[in-house]
Amino acid sequence: MNEQASILIIAIPLLVSVLNIPIGLLKRSLCYPLTVFTTLSCVYLSFVIADTVINTGNISYHVGGWEPPWGIEVAIDHLNAYMLVIISFVSFVVSIYAKNSIEKELLPDRIIYFYTIYLLLVTGLLGILVTGDLFNLFVFLEIASLAGYALVAIGEDKAPLATFNYIIMGTIGACFYLLGVGYLYIVTGTLNIADLTRLLPALYHSKVVLAAFAFFVVGVAIKIALFPLHTWLPDAYTHAPSTVSAFVAATMTKVGAYVMIRVMFTVFEPNFTLNALPTTEILGWVASAAMIFGCIMALAQTDLKRMLAYILVAEVGYIVMGVSVGNRAGFTGSVLHILNDSFMMVSLFFVAGAIMYKEGHRNIKNLSNLHKKMPVTMGCFIIAAISMVGVPPTAGFFSKWYLIHGAINAQKWFFVAFLLLSSLMVAAAFFRIIQNIFFQPSESHTTHEEPVRDEVPCSMLLPIVVMSISLLVIGFFSGQIIDSLIQHAVPKGF
Amino acid sequence: MDTMDFIIGKYNYWVYIVLMMIGFYAMIAKNNFAKKLVGMNIFQTAIILFFISTSSKTGGATIPIIQAGMDKAHQYINPLPHVLMLTAIVVMVSTFGVALAVLIMIYRRYKTLEEDEIMAILKMEKQI
Amino acid sequence: MDTITSITPIIVISTSLVATFLIFFTGERSKNLRETWTILASLIKFAFVVSMLPAVLDGKIIEFTLISIAPGLTIAFRVDALGIFFAILASFLWIVTSFYSIGYMRSMNEHAQTRYFCCFAIALSATMGVAMSGNMFTTFLFYEIITLCTYPLVAHKQTPEALQGARRYITYLLGTSIAFQLTAVFLTYTAAGTLDFSNQGLLNNARESGVSDIFLTIIFVLYMAGIAKAAIMPFHSWLPAAMVAPTPVSALLHAVAVVKTGVFVVVKVVLHVFGVNLLTELGLGTALAYTASFTIIVASVIALKQDNLKRRLAYSTVSQLSYVILGVALLTPSAIAGSIMHIVLHAFGKITLFFTAGAIYVAAHKTEISQLDGIGKKMPFTMAAFTLGALSMIGIPPLGGFISKWYIGIGSLEANQLPIILVLVGSTILNACYFLPIVYAAFFKEAKHDDNHGHGHSHSHSKHGLEEAPAIMVIPLVLTAIGAVALFFLPSVFLDLARMVVISATGGN
Repeated sequence: MNEQASILIIAIPLLVSVLNIPIGLLKRSLCYPLTVFTTLSCVYLSFVIADTVINTGNISYHVGGWEPPWGIEVAIDHLNAYMLVIISFVSFVVSIYAKNSIEKELLPDRIIYFYTIYLLLVTGLLGILVTGDLFNLFVFLEIASLAGYALVAIGEDKAPLATFNYIIMGTIGACFYLLGVGYLYIVTGTLNIADLTRLLPALYHSKVVLAAFAFFVVGVAIKIALFPLHTWLPDAYTHAPSTVSAFVAATMTKVGAYVMIRVMFTVFEPNFTLNALPTTEILGWVASAAMIFGCIMALAQTDLKRMLAYILVAEVGYIVMGVSVGNRAGFTGSVLHILNDSFMMVSLFFVAGAIMYKEGHRNIKNLSNLHKKMPVTMGCFIIAAISMVGVPPTAGFFSKWYLIHGAINAQKWFFVAFLLLSSLMVAAAFFRIIQNIFFQPSESHTTHEEPVRDEVPCSMLLPIVVMSISLLVIGFFSGQIIDSLIQHAVPKGF
Repeated sequence: MDTMDFIIGKYNYWVYIVLMMIGFYAMIAKNNFAKKLVGMNIFQTAIILFFISTSSKTGGATIPIIQAGMDKAHQYINPLPHVLMLTAIVVMVSTFGVALAVLIMIYRRYKTLEEDEIMAILKMEKQI
Repeated sequence: MDTITSITPIIVISTSLVATFLIFFTGERSKNLRETWTILASLIKFAFVVSMLPAVLDGKIIEFTLISIAPGLTIAFRVDALGIFFAILASFLWIVTSFYSIGYMRSMNEHAQTRYFCCFAIALSATMGVAMSGNMFTTFLFYEIITLCTYPLVAHKQTPEALQGARRYITYLLGTSIAFQLTAVFLTYTAAGTLDFSNQGLLNNARESGVSDIFLTIIFVLYMAGIAKAAIMPFHSWLPAAMVAPTPVSALLHAVAVVKTGVFVVVKVVLHVFGVNLLTELGLGTALAYTASFTIIVASVIALKQDNLKRRLAYSTVSQLSYVILGVALLTPSAIAGSIMHIVLHAFGKITLFFTAGAIYVAAHKTEISQLDGIGKKMPFTMAAFTLGALSMIGIPPLGGFISKWYIGIGSLEANQLPIILVLVGSTILNACYFLPIVYAAFFKEAKHDDNHGHGHSHSHSKHGLEEAPAIMVIPLVLTAIGAVALFFLPSVFLDLARMVVISATGGN
């Protein structure tokens, strides 16, 4: 059972995604429970996998019984297991949240297809995580991206335009990645990651390998929207339906970051990545620029979702920066930040969706007195915002602690300064909103009538509360998460 | 002489690079969304050609169907890149399909696919 | 040194957190019940704090580790003489302020009282957290919580000025703490490998293990810049801006909880992070002492020019806080004892002054000093308390403020820093200059009959009648004024604790 779990976790959502169409056409109301149930089973399987990895070691499942490197291998170590838990949990929570939000924002005939494509996206993301084969990873990357394009396109008025831009950029990224795969295949004749790890060190002098590495890094940088290749992200994530924004913001860039870590530290050896080319140096500076740029742009926005999207650009910078400093603390910080950031992003976009649901807009200048209408939602917003700023004991602090610790250990004082500066700017961005919500006297309520309490439906409120409470819980258990999973994922040689 | 060998001997790779650059140029520089999409397609096709080229072998290797008297691996070209590219073509076609669908949505909304005209429309709408 | 493991620190902190929930869920439905929770929590909290006192006076240290999140990131509590000193002070004054707040908020018919009392209770929890924290991480955590939960208190009125003041408040406090203090915490961890406080200073051995002097100096400067709550110039301007808050907030938070947290953390950093030996060797104490002296003099001069009573008090606070820093920066036993004593003495004096400012505002709706002529006849109790508070600030015996100035003066002689004596004398004169005219005007000048002051007009016919604020406000302020006197005669417990701190910090134990 435990080994099969690693393949079932992608087989089940894929199968249900297809089944959703006939079932949905017969009875539309069945789609929602089916989707929730499917993602719940993914959560269960991911826990089974994580448990197996922690207690008995890495999983290797040979699809169709073909031995690697000829057959396709599903290979899971601590890093995958950790990511699987995050992604399946987020997808479960988002699927609960989806019902009311999309019924409000989408045309009724699109709802069946929404669930179908949503599960396809989940399949793609989980597929990227479980596979042990570079080409397979490309296929899943494209499944996830295609599903992402479709989901973004069903959003608001300007969504198709943003989507087209996203498709063009995303395809360039995927093609670069594919070229990288091709180059490595030419010199090694294999696509299996474990096999490549074994074969590549003898070929590090080859220019083909260097070119492949460069293609990988640039391709993935587009997919994770690393500044200055981020241009598609703010538009796409602003105009997508709220549920979709929440899900893609929390997962797509994180899975992309996982691919980057995999390629940089598993396919290639850390000492190659850190020493052969000035890649990490460049990435570090680019990431610093992303942190600052993202925050500055976030400060300039009046649209809540757009602001969050720019903060996401900055957060991607954090993750890449931690990887680029090349030591244990920095790497731990990055991996922990993947978890924290995806939970924070989900909570914040959930709140943005809740505001959309009740108020019909998300202009941060018109949010006054929302705390009286939606006290619970706004309480959760504050927790998530504080975590984003990185105030202890919320989760956001602990990953920043490791990131800064890593930068200090690597003697990169500028990175430390940039990280703190961007934290300050994030603080400014969020306090502006909190002040608008809580203390701005509203113009429309001159009659002094107390706003009536009017929360979003339970199926939306519950996920919001769960996510923001989990930010506190994760904060307190950061040490345990690091001990049981992340520290085993740190590549050798750090 | 070596240079000539290098250029002529690897002509298939040169073709792929030229095609890729054409596609890349179209994706970035063209004003019309449909043309950008065509550029994207050329770009992807170039990569497929590149993969197919990698499977060829010198010395008269042939298609990988077992024939009498030919039992050595080097007598057949490498089948794996072909298989990979079958999958990549599927990916490419679906991307193309999604992109076309999005283009239709854009056209219905703005009645044009020229980027500058759409930007002008958006600017006007903002002012109103 | 003996250590005891006890859960009491957690109880102390959670008392007011539980109260927060009760206050929140009781809400506006039953105001009396809501206020009962506040009072009850403050009394219980004080009782638990006091229950730890005997053990600490015995020379024991109470420790409790709540959770260890990651190496170096442990939420742990450690109650020593310095911690219990601050905890007793803050929890006692919370009781007094609770009564006063109730009177003030009801008389002013303020809005959002539930939010007000909730935030107040959280702020006190966090203050206790700082007082009893066992490492720099816990300190930082509670330090930030104080900033965040006092923000709604400062912005309470929700007028544009209040919002602007609150924005400046949060910008200064959160900005400096993230930018400088957090960096300093990181660097401390890098240099020492731990963040746990120790009596000799956790960086005491850093020099032997090869950490350069410049590195240590940078850490020290970052700490001093990062603890903006101590209001060392140039990071002081949030304090006058925060005076837009309701007066009980100004009284407790900006004379006791917030600013005292600031100086308390400075004292912690000097004594328990760096340690007396290290700072003496680096010569950083003297530099800090002169920065503090500068703040003392300049803030006093600015205070002279203020006409708004609360703003004058705020600048006086800025100046007085630097006494504490000055004392501890001199690094001699008497000076440290004086500075620690000044935490409590200034607290009693300044809270009295703020209480009177609030009482004057509630009873007479006056905020400017120029309007106070003759007010002493209408509000004799209030103004008598004000006089006592002011005299204590100036440092005239037999009032508490004298003790701390005396010790700091002796300390500066021990440290051979004669210019510091001049600073003390100069600032005493300045203190007198900005407090005594108020007292004089209140008692000896005739009230001006300003007709545009419509509100009080009908009452002004009864010229010599009493127009005091409600008793629930006057009694607390009289109590704190008496406290300021009593501390001169009976400073025993506090002085004992201060001596214990000095002995352990200077290596006598």
